Amino acid sequence: MSASPTVEQGLADAVKARFGEKVVEVKSKPTRVKISVDRAILADVAYFIRDNLSFDHLVSVDGTDYPKDNVIELIYHVTSIEKQEQRKYILSLATKLPRDAPISPSLVSVWPAAEYHERETFEMLGIEFTGHPKLEKLLLPEDWLDIPPLRKDFKLPGR
Amino acid sequence: MLPVGQSLPFPIEVISGDRLSISIGPQHPGSGHFRIIVVLEGDIVAEAIPDAGYVHRGAEKLCEFRHFVQNIPLLERTTLPDANGIIFPYVLAVEELMGIQAPQRAQYLRIIAAELNRIVSHLYWLGIYGPFLGHTTMFMWPMGDRELFMDLIQTIGGTRVTPSYIIPGGVRNDVPDYFKDQALKAIKYFERRLKEYDKLFFSNPLVLKRTQGVGVLNRSDAVALGITGPNLRGSGLKSDTRKDETYSMYDTVDFDVPSYPDGDCWARNMVRFYELYWSMQIIKQAIEKMPSGPFRSRLPLLTARAPPGEVVARTEAARGCMSYYVVSDGSSKPYRVRVSVPSFRNIIGIPHLLKGGHLADVPAIYWSLDYWPVEADK
Amino acid sequence: MVAPNALVGKLTEVLVQTVGEPLRYLVNWGRLYSLWPVHVETACCSIEFGATHGPRFDPERFGLLEAFGSLRQCDLLIVFGTVTRKFAPRLKMIYDQMPEPKWVIAMGACAITGGLYFDSYNVLPGIDELMPVDVYIPGCPPRPESVLQALIMLQEKIRNSKLR
Repeated sequence: MSASPTVEQGLADAVKARFGEKVVEVKSKPTRVKISVDRAILADVAYFIRDNLSFDHLVSVDGTDYPKDNVIELIYHVTSIEKQEQRKYILSLATKLPRDAPISPSLVSVWPAAEYHERETFEMLGIEFTGHPKLEKLLLPEDWLDIPPLRKDFKLPGR
Repeated sequence: MLPVGQSLPFPIEVISGDRLSISIGPQHPGSGHFRIIVVLEGDIVAEAIPDAGYVHRGAEKLCEFRHFVQNIPLLERTTLPDANGIIFPYVLAVEELMGIQAPQRAQYLRIIAAELNRIVSHLYWLGIYGPFLGHTTMFMWPMGDRELFMDLIQTIGGTRVTPSYIIPGGVRNDVPDYFKDQALKAIKYFERRLKEYDKLFFSNPLVLKRTQGVGVLNRSDAVALGITGPNLRGSGLKSDTRKDETYSMYDTVDFDVPSYPDGDCWARNMVRFYELYWSMQIIKQAIEKMPSGPFRSRLPLLTARAPPGEVVARTEAARGCMSYYVVSDGSSKPYRVRVSVPSFRNIIGIPHLLKGGHLADVPAIYWSLDYWPVEADK
Repeated sequence: MVAPNALVGKLTEVLVQTVGEPLRYLVNWGRLYSLWPVHVETACCSIEFGATHGPRFDPERFGLLEAFGSLRQCDLLIVFGTVTRKFAPRLKMIYDQMPEPKWVIAMGACAITGGLYFDSYNVLPGIDELMPVDVYIPGCPPRPESVLQALIMLQEKIRNSKLR
């Protein structure tokens, strides 16, 4: 175990120092940090990460359905491009949404790249992003009438 | 319940005032399994709306019903021109979950497989780019030279396009003895040919006129919009996952990452042109440095279980940075596989770059982003 | 009066034998050596079709022209790969727009039965329900040599078909 704090530790500490107890959980591995926060401060943490910690490049947006805990976990994976020594880290900003009313603020104003990722997450999992410029179907057919396909209670027709 | 969506299924032509909206695709020599709804004001494109999803096969959902190793052929078919490049990060993620380490010889073989696929993918891009600009010789030449490298992929993997070569634990087979001679011969031939490509196409005044200053993507937009791959490097940023976060012995081979500050179609094309050259140098070095030894650590069982956990892994595929987020709950099938493909990250470049240009520039800009619809729709 | 009708009948039969048969052969010969495929790329098998058009496999020596034309001039529809539910009505529209006579080749396992994606929520289990298929090419994706063989089989079928 190294005595000096690692970069991952430093990033997690910076977020915790600013937002205090609203940060629910921090997990870190070499070059990967995952910070879980409360939905209410998601947008503020996103602005902090982009402006103060220079994580400016969105890699992907992911939603995972956990019916056992009755939550849907929404994760934004971001990395840094302009700050060269930080390019190898991926910071995952996560939040848990209640499964029957999954509403979350849209982060298109923070990372404009999120526009199409959030559209896909909306149609695949049913998460509603408030403030999104055009929340419509992207990949599914126009006449899709079933529940969002990536939910665990969606049964595949061939199985 | 969720809203179904208000768009009409077939908006063909809507004329209001002097604005005309036409749809390019899905049956069009220039787009193929993708539709761009272009709103025109005279000759200038006022708005371009991408309409994806014609090849959406639901790979992410299907992954949850197959074992970890069974997902390899399934995920490979998302990007057929670059099969080894797309499966590489998935295998790295599964290895991290299961705690397997691949031997050194296997890591060099993985580099060779990934770089061969990069060459093959770029040549396919070039083979379609020629006819888009009306240059049909540039369809025949890359398609013909590409066959040499497809033969090499067949030598190491077994088939032309879907080798399923990289597996958790190493690679599937060792290379035969004649592979080294075959590879060096093909590389020597193609290095000479690259000069002819340059004279015929990349320095052609007509092509220069159609690609220079067209579809300019400036540096800050490229970062904010999440653009990746040669498109990012064509806007002045020297960012490549092989150098930023090295994996699998890439730090032992010597290569340069090309980048141009212009940000137009010409810059993106030249980045891909030089990547062809550097990929060949990487293959030559990897063949020399490859140690003898085992080529896989242990064949994974079909029903191998992975302990609970979650992993984010990424590599540099031909079209950009490819990343996977794999969640395992302790069984032999993944709980969630999230595929973040470079083409889906670049889709936002289409409305951004086409706006304000001429209608005749649409094929040049669209294909210089190297957007592969089958990959983006997963 | 029976005799003139029988004479006319016999004359027509002779006419059909001497003119109709070579005419049928000639028209079919012209059609099968100038097949024009539609440029609609359905899914991933389209890469192998691109490779088939390259100089190594060269289908033009067999009579398959370059696929860069208008839909109304084409007579061969090759369905490469998976057809999704979003694409299916458009494919039917394309098939309806082609003038007669037209032929369909289903390329790849996905176009025959749904292939690797058989249990997907968005994939059609084969294109048989949309349109009549003439030749099926199995494979995932089929090698270019298989595509050339399918082309020759289709040409055999056209050569032996009735005039239409």
